[in-house]
Amino acid sequence: MRFYEFESKRLFGKYGIPLPKGSKVAATPAEAKVVAAEINGPVVLKSQVLSGGRMKAGGVLFADNPDQAAEAAKKILALEINGHKPRGVLVEARAPIAQEYYVGVTWDGVARMPVMIFSDMGGIDIEEVAEKHPGHISKRHFSTLMPFSDFMAKELVAGVGLSGDHLNRLSRLAASLARIFQAHGLTLAEINPLARLDDGTFFCLDGHVDMEDDARDTQKGILKDLGIDPEEKRQARPPTSFEIKGAQVDAADPRGVAGNVVEFDGDLGLVIGAGGGSLTLFDAIRKHGGKPANYCEIGGNPSVSKTCELTKLILSKPGVKKIAVMMNVVSNTRVDIVARGVIKGVIESGQKPSEKIAIFRIPGSWEQEGFKILEHYGVEYCDRTVSMFEAAGRAVAKMKA
Amino acid sequence: MSLFIDVEVDASARSNADLVKKLVEVCPVNIFAASSGKLDIVDAHLDECTLCELCLNAAPPGSVKVKRLYGTKDVLVRQS
Repeated sequence: MRFYEFESKRLFGKYGIPLPKGSKVAATPAEAKVVAAEINGPVVLKSQVLSGGRMKAGGVLFADNPDQAAEAAKKILALEINGHKPRGVLVEARAPIAQEYYVGVTWDGVARMPVMIFSDMGGIDIEEVAEKHPGHISKRHFSTLMPFSDFMAKELVAGVGLSGDHLNRLSRLAASLARIFQAHGLTLAEINPLARLDDGTFFCLDGHVDMEDDARDTQKGILKDLGIDPEEKRQARPPTSFEIKGAQVDAADPRGVAGNVVEFDGDLGLVIGAGGGSLTLFDAIRKHGGKPANYCEIGGNPSVSKTCELTKLILSKPGVKKIAVMMNVVSNTRVDIVARGVIKGVIESGQKPSEKIAIFRIPGSWEQEGFKILEHYGVEYCDRTVSMFEAAGRAVAKMKA
Repeated sequence: MSLFIDVEVDASARSNADLVKKLVEVCPVNIFAASSGKLDIVDAHLDECTLCELCLNAAPPGSVKVKRLYGTKDVLVRQS
């Protein structure tokens, strides 16, 4: 779950990370004027949307006095950015900046541990820094099992050659960010830019936080403190009609899971799932050069009718040529029931299972029964002796044939 | 129309009110329904059959048959 900038900053503030003066959200131009008057100096006003490109879109404006701030807030509050309406406008003091830095903490999926990233080139995408200026970036992994120690943050910051007072101050900020990341089930905690003023002080100019969805239950307290409804869903974009229909398929029948779909623009429909299998299979399809039409999750023994409806939905998507039905080895989902569901869905869509199903690879409970059904309908299938990666390759090969 | 499963119940079983009630109770996917004490088979639910054999065990031997409409076309039936 993504946090708005003002929520990220509130969280950072609770851990002592310095913020710009003011840093309050206004819901109206009048409120923005009051905050600007409190700051009593030049201000920056920032649209609170869950989207990038705010500056380019006109969602960040500057004002020198409260009247200008009210006018700027009026413009920002009326501005939709990439389909997102602003939650409010953040009003903060402007101050002369000597240098901008980057500090972030995220998960390294390959190392299977959190990683801190620091750069003395902030204000731009960290990916761009990594590509063009690798000497200006440092990384430091840390364990989630051991207590976090400040020396790790110091190693991180020193990695780009900083020393002295700047090293000490920045290390404390990086350590705080790592502790926030660990304490609150985050997948991303980022300050970019982290600004140094002429007087040598630092503060968070912009912040991003993503919380793991599954952490919401354990993080109810902090979410309440930040004014976030734990049930509120925040997605990078509004769900498409295809995705809404998928959710309806899932909600219509309590048996198992079949419907959590995400739409993509490829031509290979995916009926996939099982304990992380869906992510693995999605990646495997792409690795083989395939173009998924969707991501989805099935599991927990969905009924025949539920799988049938999901299959029909995926086949109804324009451009879908075939579907691949693949899972990891399953013990809680019956192979024969899924086989019935997808075959029924294909037939009810007016298609032939033998032509429309590129591959069926679900090993597990009742697989022999499932294989009988697949053989009856001439569908190519494989068991656990064929890896998920190889099965994905076979599906992609059929698309190219 | 079902593609995978068919269920046959003989006439005497269909009109046995106690047995009808039992069949309606035991089927986990609601293939059986009672109508004025007689048994109806819900076609729309046939393909949901999990081959659990609870209906076979609830009824007298041979009175309920569960047919697979694929592969070897095996018939599940309780032997006496």
